[in-house]
Amino acid sequence: MEHKHQEHAALADTFNANEPRVNWHDETLWWVRQKRDRMAWSLPEWEELREAASRIKHNVLGNLHDYLLEFEKNAVANGAVVHWAADAAEHNKIVLQLLQEQGVKRMVKSKSMLTEECHLNPYLAEHGIEVVDTDLGERIVQLAKEPPSHIVLPCIHKKKEEIGELFHEHLGTPAGNADPKFLTAAARQHLRKEFIQSRVAITGVNFAVAETGEMVVCTNEGNADMGAHLADVHIACMGLEKIIPQRKHLGVFLRLLARSATGQPITTYSSHFRKPKAGQQLHIVLVDNGRSRQLGREDFRNSLKCIRCGACMNTCPVYRRSGGHSYHNAIAGPIGSILAPNLDMKEYADLPFASTLCGSCSNVCPVKIDIHQQLYKWRQVITKEGYTGKTKAAGMHAMNIVLSKPGLYKTAGGVGRWVMRTFPAVVNNGMNPWYKQREMPAPPKDSFADWYKKNRK
Amino acid sequence: MKVGLFIPCYIDQFYPQVGIATLSLLEKLGCEVVYPQGQTCCGQPMANSGFEHLTSGCNTLFVDHFQDFDYIVGPSGSCVLHIKDHLHVHGREDKATHIRQRIYELSEFLTDVLKVEHLQARFPHRVGIHQSCHGQRGLGISQMSELVAAPFSKPQQLLKMVEGLELVELKRTDECCGFGGTFCVFEEAVSVKMGKDRIADHVNNGAEYITGNDVSCLMHLEGILKRQQSNVKVLHIAEILNASIN
Repeated sequence: MEHKHQEHAALADTFNANEPRVNWHDETLWWVRQKRDRMAWSLPEWEELREAASRIKHNVLGNLHDYLLEFEKNAVANGAVVHWAADAAEHNKIVLQLLQEQGVKRMVKSKSMLTEECHLNPYLAEHGIEVVDTDLGERIVQLAKEPPSHIVLPCIHKKKEEIGELFHEHLGTPAGNADPKFLTAAARQHLRKEFIQSRVAITGVNFAVAETGEMVVCTNEGNADMGAHLADVHIACMGLEKIIPQRKHLGVFLRLLARSATGQPITTYSSHFRKPKAGQQLHIVLVDNGRSRQLGREDFRNSLKCIRCGACMNTCPVYRRSGGHSYHNAIAGPIGSILAPNLDMKEYADLPFASTLCGSCSNVCPVKIDIHQQLYKWRQVITKEGYTGKTKAAGMHAMNIVLSKPGLYKTAGGVGRWVMRTFPAVVNNGMNPWYKQREMPAPPKDSFADWYKKNRK
Repeated sequence: MKVGLFIPCYIDQFYPQVGIATLSLLEKLGCEVVYPQGQTCCGQPMANSGFEHLTSGCNTLFVDHFQDFDYIVGPSGSCVLHIKDHLHVHGREDKATHIRQRIYELSEFLTDVLKVEHLQARFPHRVGIHQSCHGQRGLGISQMSELVAAPFSKPQQLLKMVEGLELVELKRTDECCGFGGTFCVFEEAVSVKMGKDRIADHVNNGAEYITGNDVSCLMHLEGILKRQQSNVKVLHIAEILNASIN
């Protein structure tokens, strides 16, 4: 039977069954948004920085081919091995092969949304290799057997009490202890063991500098560094769009990234990886997985400017009230909703509609991606491709007929209002989603057009 | 100055008093206002649902009715934004362009074109402004909380001219109310939750009335307020700016 997932609206409906929890989720993320605002306002040149970042990325996307080759040349000269993966399957295969060459059965991985996108962990599990995620939030959702619900704050949907329970079950902490400090210390002990034993470490990449062939990985926990420095083999997985032209451009992005993501001036660790140390191997996997296709779609090209800060999620009033898992995609929220249909238009046809198009996402975006405008454009594409529900399509066609003919519109309006006044049960019933938690507007006897005719002409 | 009055479909059908207040206000301020009979809808409900290709009927009607005015004014930021961004008619692009460049949401028309500095209006109540997203972020009628930029608000500028009116401060100045066109029915749960939260911010800060530039958002908030049996009422900004002594 064909797999059919639940769509955003249904998943969000379930999430909303527990209103106090929705309030908590909303407040937690709003708190991050406010921290971001304070940090943005602390820089008078904030808007100029955004503009600069957007233009640098514009240049990158216009010259991606050249920058990628420049990066590869310099990375190879530095002693790294560069692999090219056309899609998720190829990426996973390359990583598996490297792991098999080392004969490892267990390894550490720091945060990488790309490997989430490629579903690397389950793939490796199928081949008998266990991945230990070392970002604390990621480790928590991994123990809970859940995907991350946010790209920067992967377990933002979990309360500390729930984390205490998970740690009790998996790490042997005392039952009922939900003290964040205590739990963090327990996680640190547990992860230390993994770091020391692991011979291979996978990291993501935040920025890859074409000019030098180096990569920058930003973390607050230093876990990428611990993994990469202790292991014999460092595998860095990156999407093609992570390239920036020169080292000097890093200043623009590092200032924007942490402020937008968590409201910090800079991440605790912004680590540069350039050459493998003596005896170590450094592998870089450059992954396309639909990116060049998106680059070819002019309307959606800007989505590749994304630096994965998550600011659009924190500000999104829909995300805050529907939770990351309702997006049923590795990358949730507004940015995920414009990236996902590129990966699979049918599977993610619902996501561009999971927005009020309020535009807050575009305003917080540090690289000025026109997110809400792309959501609008995806709706048109998805509809034309036939991925919109039949009922909706029929309704829209009927609406078009009525609204295109003034006489019909006037008659339909008059009849409609008369029915609503005379037989309110026709609209005030369980079939009407508006009526479930809202009253209908009171239908007046005269429309404005009727009034105007009587009073002005 | 010949002003074409654009009254969006749901205002025409459900909130004629908003159309009347808009017309009366513009006339009081000396405009020659004409409401072209036969106008229907800007087409936004279809376009935002992914059916922009079905809006040519609406677009043609819009150009038919509004091509000859110096200005086109409507009491809805959302519908005005839709026209500004998406009105195109094959073979009549010059007329469509004229309209896109000459269409204004009511409050921006009052502040930017008429440059209103005084109003004879009195409304002695505590009022919260709901900054509707399309007007605010789309048309730029007020500063947006996400941007590092100087504060301004055209609706607030106007409401400050109303005698006795006290504006309430909100915790979240410009959060979306969750209406979002067909989003309000297809994403009912999130839509209502957003509306409830928006209302709570106004109520917690002592608002007796919630006003705004978009009846669509207000209709959604009103629906929830009525279900909650709240005493808080919604009024379109035109109704307050046009309010006589009471």
